[in-house]
Amino acid sequence: MRPLATHASFGVEKGAVHGLMGENGAGSSTLIKIHSGDLAANGGSISIDGTELVYASARDAFDAGVIVIHQELQLVPELTVADNLTLGRFAASAGVISRRRMIEHVSRRLREAGIEIDPRRKVKRLSIGERQMVEIAKAVMLDARVIALDEPTSSLSSHESEVLFRLIERLRAEGKVILYVSHRLDEIFHLCDSMSVLSDGRLAVHHPVLADVTREQIVAEMVGREISDIWGWHPRPLGETRLKAEGISGENLPRPASFDLRAGEILGFFGLIGAGRSELMRLIFGADPRPSGRVLLDGQPVAASDPHGMIRAGLVLCSEDHKHDGIVQGRSIEENITISSRRHSSRWGILNPRAEAATADRFIEKLRVRTPSRHQDILNLSGGNQQKVILGRWLSEQGIRVLIVDEPTRGIDVGAKSEIYELLYQLAEGGMAIIVVSSELPEVMGICDRLLVMCEGRISAELPRANFDEAAILSAALPDRASLAS
Amino acid sequence: MKKLLLGEQGLLVIFALAFALVSVLVPNFLTERNMLGLLQSVVTAGIVACTMMFCLAARDFDLSVGSTVAFTGMVAVMVSNATGSIPLGLLAALACGWAVGFINGFVIAKFNINTLITTLATMQVVRGLALIASDGRAVGINDPAFINTALSKPSGIPTPIWVLVALFALFGFVLNRTVFGKNTLAIGGNPEASRLAGVKVDRTRIHIFALQGLACAIAGILLTSRITSGQPNAAVGLELSVISACVLGGVSLAGGRATMTGVIVGVMIMGMAENAMNLLNIPAFYQYLVRGVILLLAVLLDNLRSSALGHR
Repeated sequence: MRPLATHASFGVEKGAVHGLMGENGAGSSTLIKIHSGDLAANGGSISIDGTELVYASARDAFDAGVIVIHQELQLVPELTVADNLTLGRFAASAGVISRRRMIEHVSRRLREAGIEIDPRRKVKRLSIGERQMVEIAKAVMLDARVIALDEPTSSLSSHESEVLFRLIERLRAEGKVILYVSHRLDEIFHLCDSMSVLSDGRLAVHHPVLADVTREQIVAEMVGREISDIWGWHPRPLGETRLKAEGISGENLPRPASFDLRAGEILGFFGLIGAGRSELMRLIFGADPRPSGRVLLDGQPVAASDPHGMIRAGLVLCSEDHKHDGIVQGRSIEENITISSRRHSSRWGILNPRAEAATADRFIEKLRVRTPSRHQDILNLSGGNQQKVILGRWLSEQGIRVLIVDEPTRGIDVGAKSEIYELLYQLAEGGMAIIVVSSELPEVMGICDRLLVMCEGRISAELPRANFDEAAILSAALPDRASLAS
Repeated sequence: MKKLLLGEQGLLVIFALAFALVSVLVPNFLTERNMLGLLQSVVTAGIVACTMMFCLAARDFDLSVGSTVAFTGMVAVMVSNATGSIPLGLLAALACGWAVGFINGFVIAKFNINTLITTLATMQVVRGLALIASDGRAVGINDPAFINTALSKPSGIPTPIWVLVALFALFGFVLNRTVFGKNTLAIGGNPEASRLAGVKVDRTRIHIFALQGLACAIAGILLTSRITSGQPNAAVGLELSVISACVLGGVSLAGGRATMTGVIVGVMIMGMAENAMNLLNIPAFYQYLVRGVILLLAVLLDNLRSSALGHR
């Protein structure tokens, strides 16, 4: 979460929709969270109808009439729509709920809001779009004055989005204030009366009127940051094509993706959150089942399509969320490093403790993992050091030809970051082919030789280092939908 | 004192204290005869606990062990009676035990069926098979050589105890010094991370269950030999006392944490409590109560220990 470094002030009129836009981590979600009381503001104030609100918790914000609809919806799937809408406020007499009265009440309120959903249906049977409607209906029933929507269309079909937009129009007509966070410029132009652009945790520009604002202008405003060279990149000779990914697709990545990677090359994958980068990498590594597409290493197709086989073929992945699927909790640093490479020193399935200890110590020293000993439980390490242990796990393997690192520097401090960059350069110089997936634009621009941009599950642009340009990259990363004309 | 009790070897210290206390307070406890009897009485639970430790360490557990012990014992008797060959009977029992475990593991790992449901189902199926095969009656052993397996005393110590000690040593080695053991612990620590680190999680889990079935067969054979007949109702409730002993020995139900010494101590504490109560002529009904209380205390102690470790 990015701190909002400088203050972000703006006012929104009653009955208006205000758009908030920014690159990943620019602060729009943080701002929304302050509004909903999930995060406390360090300074500044929020006022509704001229009265300043002071709230310490989500409950206070709720009581003040501010309701935030998050990307992850908060409904109980096993209950019906009516149950969800009256949860905690059942119309009960003597503890007995009158089901008929409840459903009548909910139907009336849904009709008033213009939402056509049968209140007797279970939430788990609704589409994501319908669930979102139910969330909004909940906000309306709670007499919200300010409704904030965080990326509401990210998982909606275009038809569902239109229904949502009509509902938003209606709420506006009723005099509600809507805060609308989105990466989609066309939606903002379509829906909003005014907008703010956030960049690096500050309010870059406030547009009270959207009439003459252009897409190019907003992209330029989102960029607006200084770049200094803390990356230490040097040109490197590149070898032959090492990895060829052909028509990779799977459940979470419907459109097939293909790309090449040369030996010694550092290839960046940039995109907004949810663009499909991690999904593509997981498919290549075989972490998720890969129904179609093939992976070639040094021209040879790899038969395996599970992590076990890919590691043996020489392709490894450091996943994005190492707390969830990288580290083995409760086990030592040593075991976390040698979990894969121990097969080289063991014979007949029997371990060689001396060789394992030596391997662990070697990578603890090489990667400068800060720990008193290799026997430490990995949970006692900081995030950056855990990340290094996972890197050590793969570097201690033999014959690794392709290293994929997903968000290698998320949540770690600057010092550890530059150590990791330095290591990546060293490995590339040794001929390893490296893919860096990152949501930090300066990072991918700083360390990569070439960049692929993904947007909504497909590769939308390819840029060699000479053509790196923030505006061009961001523009390729932003979805652009023509379906909103109606 | 606090440091001693809550440290790594806390359980061992408590066992030593309890052992000393019981030796002084309970007459006839510390005699060669009683010690051998105590060890004999923990053979079944001890053997099954070795592999239950692997199940628990990988975040699984197996409720079908009691039934499998009875069933494989029955198979050993019936096959050796029918063929007149003891080795054939033993092999058949081992094969059946392995098969039950393999089926458990295969269903759980490949079809992703809940462990509780799967092993609860096989627990009943296998008990049913034991009852059907024997028509609900005990089946006596024909060949006295089979009975002698449990009665023989190489170097003055009964064979089942030798087997128990050998299995303790073997599984201690497997847990700490083999790829299989370390993979088991890693799966318990974080199954998804282990899979992405190239561990064949499904295959390892199947092996663990199959091994559990094999251990049950060994326990079943020794038990049958000791009671001189196959009993379809043998070892009822064994699963719970074995899981209790493991938990008592510091094996985490959340997976990823297990030691062989802990499990041995867990098994011994359970056996010692029962033995002492028998010597004191405490009625069996009270023994249930005491066992439950010991288990609860052990879990509380474990909780205290984890929070003490967490503070460091």
